[in-house]
Amino acid sequence: MPELLKAADLFCERDERILFADLSFAVDQGEILHIQGANGAGKTTLLRRLVGLSWVVEGNVTWHAPVADGDALDGNRFWYLAHRPAVTLLQTPLENLAFAMALHNQVLAPEALWQALSTVGLRGYEDVPAHSLSAGQQRRVSLARLYLDLPEVRLWLLDEPFTALDTSAVNQLEQRIVSFAEQGGTVIMTSHHGLHHAAVRPLHIGAPL
Amino acid sequence: MIAILRTTLTREMTLAFRRRADLLNPLFFFVVVVSLFPIGVTLDLAKLALMAPGILWVSALLASLLSLDLMFRNDFDDGTLEQMLLAAVPPQLLVLCKIISHWLVTGLPLTVLSPVLSVMLALPAKAVPVLMLSLLLGTLSLSLIGSVGAALTVGLRKGGLLLTILIMPILVPVLIFGTSTVQAMATDQPWQGYLALLGAFTAGAFALTPWLTVAALNVTVGD
Repeated sequence: MPELLKAADLFCERDERILFADLSFAVDQGEILHIQGANGAGKTTLLRRLVGLSWVVEGNVTWHAPVADGDALDGNRFWYLAHRPAVTLLQTPLENLAFAMALHNQVLAPEALWQALSTVGLRGYEDVPAHSLSAGQQRRVSLARLYLDLPEVRLWLLDEPFTALDTSAVNQLEQRIVSFAEQGGTVIMTSHHGLHHAAVRPLHIGAPL
Repeated sequence: MIAILRTTLTREMTLAFRRRADLLNPLFFFVVVVSLFPIGVTLDLAKLALMAPGILWVSALLASLLSLDLMFRNDFDDGTLEQMLLAAVPPQLLVLCKIISHWLVTGLPLTVLSPVLSVMLALPAKAVPVLMLSLLLGTLSLSLIGSVGAALTVGLRKGGLLLTILIMPILVPVLIFGTSTVQAMATDQPWQGYLALLGAFTAGAFALTPWLTVAALNVTVGD
């Protein structure tokens, strides 16, 4: 499979502690890169550097087609599920999902949004303000976008996607990640949760566990 | 492109409506401050009329400053802001949507309210249209310039004071041009020049601040 991402000589220092240095890796299409490390090892910082949000990491990050747009990521080719789930509490799950899609220039019929919310177990909660949902349900609102059928999205960057989910939702998400990779999609994720599949490649950062 | 701008504007207005307590706060502040002046200073209508442009302008600026801190706060806290910076449209346009919606829910109501309050301060009736026009431009300037300050301080837990200190000096010209416009109209002097300067200031802010705000947000979010 062709190369999708090349990261070279990444270096990150925070509060006079070196989190990682001389970190180089490449990710091919269809791979699942599982970034592992202890709490505070810099997993989230690394992911934010890859997506282009963080300026505290030095080094080169190069994205290649089909997800690249010049040096940066092409806005309608990826989903980034951050540590902060981007769920606006005063909006309903449906409004949240629709806005996430609008930001990435994605257009789908409203039925597809209802379907995705129902897949993540939010049937009946579509029109409830998100602040009245539980932490796990709010997490599911942001995960719902992964269940949309959008062929142009080729890359997922997931920061601790399994947080606050119950066992069945964890299994469902694992299967979804694996099937996305089997269809040629690429996943870069941080998690403390073990994921076992042939396409998963672990990347340890910081001190060995 | 147009669709996403409409979506963003709709979202901002919906959110503003659902947080309407936050929005009524500046309006009440405006009404209360202006009505306290005749009680606290003087009941002499001639003196009040002289001070009216200044009182109305300062109160309107301070009132819309109150809600500035909230411009990016909630979106920063829940992570929507970083998604906006990664969006498939230029973030400057999204920021402009947020600025315009901030103005629609603070500056515009303040302007609409100002004729009522100008009666209380015995401002000559002929100066009222110019007062509204100058406040329309002035509050838009404040929303535009304030967005840079709000973007710089949104990462700080208690950024309110710093925000005021940061943008107050830049707002002084707006205040000077604004009050001069109304003062000139009330005393039958040429006022068009002052208004033109205020308009030029606002136009400049409109062209520059979205870029400055996005740069500030990149710094704040990227840390």
